Amino acid sequence: MKRRTLLASAAMGLMLASGAFAQGMEKVKACFVYVGPIGDGGWTYQHHQGALAVQEKFGDKVEIQYQENVPEGADAERVLTQMALGGCNIIFTTSFGYMDATNAVAAKFPDVKFEHATGFKREHPNVSTYNARFYEGRAVQGTIAGRMTKSNKIGYIGSFPIPEVVMGINSYYLAAKKVNPNVELSVVWAFTWFDPAKEADSAKALIDQGVDVIASHTDSTAVLAEAAKTDGKVIGFGQASDMAEYKDGPRVSSIIDNWGPYYIERVQALLDGTYAQSDVWAGIKGGEVLIGEITDKVPPEVKAEAEKVRDDIAAGTLHPFTGPINKQDGSPWLAEGATAPDGDLLGMNFYVEGITGDIPQ
Amino acid sequence: MGASPHTPGIFVDRKWGVVVLRLEKRPTPSKFWLYATPPVAVILTMIAGGCLFAAMGKNPFEVIRTIFWDPVFGEFAFYLRGQLLVKAGPLILIAIGLALGFRAGIWNIGAEGQYIMGAIFGAAVGLAVFPTENRLIFPVMVVAGAFGGWLWAMIPAILKTKFNTNEILVSLMLVYVAETILAKASTGFLKNPEGMGFPGSRNFSSYPAAANPELIAGSGLHWGGVAALVTGVLAYILLTRHQAGFQIRLAGQAPRAARFHGVSPARLVVMCMGISGALAGMAGLFEVTGPAGQISIDFNTGYGFTAIIVAFLGRLNPLGIVLAGFLMALTYVGGEMASTNLGLPDAAIQVFQGMLLFFLLAVDVLTNYRFRLAVGAH
Amino acid sequence: MDLGGINPVILIATLMASAVPILLAALGEAVVERAGVLNLGVEGMMIIGALGGFVVAVETGSPVLGFVGGAVAGAALSLIFALLTQVFLANQVATGLALTLFGLGVSSLGGQGYNGIKPPATGQLLPDALADLPVVGPILFGHDWVVYFSIAMTAVLWWVLKATRIGLIIRAVGESHEAAHALGYKVNRIRLMCIAFGGAMAGIGGAYVSLARVPQWVDGITAGAGWIALAIVVFASWKPWRVLIGAYLFGGITVLQLNLQVAGSGIPVEYLSMAPYLITILVLVIMSAGRRGKANGAPAALGQNFHASR
Repeated sequence: MKRRTLLASAAMGLMLASGAFAQGMEKVKACFVYVGPIGDGGWTYQHHQGALAVQEKFGDKVEIQYQENVPEGADAERVLTQMALGGCNIIFTTSFGYMDATNAVAAKFPDVKFEHATGFKREHPNVSTYNARFYEGRAVQGTIAGRMTKSNKIGYIGSFPIPEVVMGINSYYLAAKKVNPNVELSVVWAFTWFDPAKEADSAKALIDQGVDVIASHTDSTAVLAEAAKTDGKVIGFGQASDMAEYKDGPRVSSIIDNWGPYYIERVQALLDGTYAQSDVWAGIKGGEVLIGEITDKVPPEVKAEAEKVRDDIAAGTLHPFTGPINKQDGSPWLAEGATAPDGDLLGMNFYVEGITGDIPQ
Repeated sequence: MGASPHTPGIFVDRKWGVVVLRLEKRPTPSKFWLYATPPVAVILTMIAGGCLFAAMGKNPFEVIRTIFWDPVFGEFAFYLRGQLLVKAGPLILIAIGLALGFRAGIWNIGAEGQYIMGAIFGAAVGLAVFPTENRLIFPVMVVAGAFGGWLWAMIPAILKTKFNTNEILVSLMLVYVAETILAKASTGFLKNPEGMGFPGSRNFSSYPAAANPELIAGSGLHWGGVAALVTGVLAYILLTRHQAGFQIRLAGQAPRAARFHGVSPARLVVMCMGISGALAGMAGLFEVTGPAGQISIDFNTGYGFTAIIVAFLGRLNPLGIVLAGFLMALTYVGGEMASTNLGLPDAAIQVFQGMLLFFLLAVDVLTNYRFRLAVGAH
Repeated sequence: MDLGGINPVILIATLMASAVPILLAALGEAVVERAGVLNLGVEGMMIIGALGGFVVAVETGSPVLGFVGGAVAGAALSLIFALLTQVFLANQVATGLALTLFGLGVSSLGGQGYNGIKPPATGQLLPDALADLPVVGPILFGHDWVVYFSIAMTAVLWWVLKATRIGLIIRAVGESHEAAHALGYKVNRIRLMCIAFGGAMAGIGGAYVSLARVPQWVDGITAGAGWIALAIVVFASWKPWRVLIGAYLFGGITVLQLNLQVAGSGIPVEYLSMAPYLITILVLVIMSAGRRGKANGAPAALGQNFHASR
């Protein structure tokens, strides 16, 4: 198609002008596409922290560009094209929904590197994917939840019923069940990524029905704020960012998305000329998933147990999904001692045995 | 006519009673200001926006140039000009439908929901026959998309005509219902069976019979853009030449006179809501099969709401709406460039867009009114 | 009493608090619309109020001053709308939508640096002894002062609109600005004051989100509550007590559907999720069907601008 050649030649012209590729680069222009505003205090905020870490590490050798609030679909494709035309050498697209747009634009700009977060499509040699094993952090939270609950009712606030969220719910439940066989899990689907008032209402509904430990997979701190109103009866976890402002209140630990190390590594590779296509799914071990400080509200032996889960996962001696595990309907999923293949996890659309309720589908 | 002594003076304190700036209705709308107000508003916005950008430590001239000049004449205009059409197409298509209703005093605020349902209906038809290749598939999908939007708009329309239920509330509430159905479609009944369990439907770009690609390479023109421009012309003819257009205008300006002329309010509601719903539904279908590519949880991006602004900026006139649609598209595309390239927060662009709208709406007063200096008019 | 794990007393107490932002904003908008002005910028005014309230509360340490700040911020933003529609006679629908866009942008710019801060708490007003009474305690005595304020405002506005001279003037202006003008009332000035009042109420509603419901500041915190408030005004046929009923109905079903999810009701979640919107429509249909043929109570001059020389 004519448009493609047009774009490709334009990109080529830019590349020749800057005269930089193949053998490492003098200077890298790293660009980031965000799905929300930087001020969301969660997902996008953490990606931006990663971008800032790159800037700090390389100083004059990198130039950072970013665009906030980019809707998925046509708008993403335009922003990506514009960035590629504008001379970005590497573009990080930080939301699952950018998957097709990333691959479509990558086809037109073979010399620009594309890094897509949380997806699986690498249709062109210049597309890499990266993700974090947040479910590992959920196992640590589940351990704390199972030990800390007095009512034996723990809760989870989900955004949308997608594998990423279902995976976290299962991991959280299995870990809690392991240390406390009587534990029951209630799941609330908010059907939104971001609506602080609704997230608070969801937390309130859980609390009103006797749940005393809440984990969440939505974006704001509203859940912790709601838990804080119970005078210490209900605890919760920071999600995406540390949410340290609730440390003296309900927040007993957190999962922190830590993208900085990966971003630095990829930009470094580009500078060195060692860049290669990859599919990275790192977790606690790779430093992409940090477990925020476990506060003194948690008794020392529980804290030690949770930290052991964290350290065992990091050491590779523990996998949160280790058989025997049955699916919710009782059919076998993992045999004794077997660990979950990544493919099963990435497409997870079932609850494990013991969780009540249905995944909306 | 004749200004009453109670006309409020503005800009100058009336207590001084010496010089008062007064607003006075023109006997006929000014042709000059009809065309002069948009450029004046844009210039005023540039000045005010420039101050804002300067206050944020950016070079105001560079920002303004990036927003208004670069997408059309800049280095990458060959690509961005087409993108203006991509962005303006759905806005125009939806706004024209809405304008018909607004003229008749029918308030469809829920075009966003009709847009979503059009996309779901149309996409469902296409995906149901995947991977059949047949030339008829895409046209049938367009009809299905229009039908989906029409159906969703018929709910408030029927409730209004049968039960006298306010259409503002019903159409608005149905947006949220449509969003939930969209989430269900993406994670359930339209989910890509080969998508590794991820939410979202198949991508239409890999299904040629159902896709809505660019018609002329690099132009950004797809069937949605064609439909928008054709609809603009048709709506213009309808409003100026056709009996139904007369009824619409009459119902809006003089509801009682309209009834004497035999205009049935119920039929008018059903017609206007139906047209606007069908057009919004078509816009959704063109978007999902073309630029967006797939049904996903966050498929809708607010075109249905922005189109309301476009309808009024275009003075509810189909040709005006086409121009207004392009102006809005320009602020989106240019604003995005300013944000990416110059490191402006996205919020600053929103503020700038808001200012542009304020100025456009405010300066418009000069078309029908004039300011008069009155000495000692207290 | 216990319905499948859901305690109706707690449910009612919860919905009273969760409906406050929508209730306050809708009450303000009801007055604006009774004066014949359609301001679709409620969402923008709410979020500016949320930021203004948050900033003032954090800087002064006083939540009460925070709510005042929210009111001032909301009213200030609404004055842009008033200037455009009352002086420059701009189209109200488009101006209102532009106001929302502008408000969201300004709040996001102004809120930089206020992420991750906890504001001073807005606590329970009455002593625990009262709040801990069975049944009536949580419902009647267990709230913060803004909940009582929102109910009081409902009563006050009902009284003002129904029984006072000010109310009469506002309604006259909204029903027929020509007639009101002929009687010597300054239509645009009265409308301007109503718009500012509506802005202040939306601002307080927004501040309740950032200071009490979700005590924090993040971009886009009101997440569409202003749109629901607009719908509730229509639902209520522009009558204050019905605004309260509408806000409680909507808030109540939202809370109930989440509780049903927790309790494992077996009803598919997506239907529960749609329920607040569908039931609001359904109730409105039933209510308006009863008044078939009569006007639905919309102020006759709603959305029309007024110029004295016309």
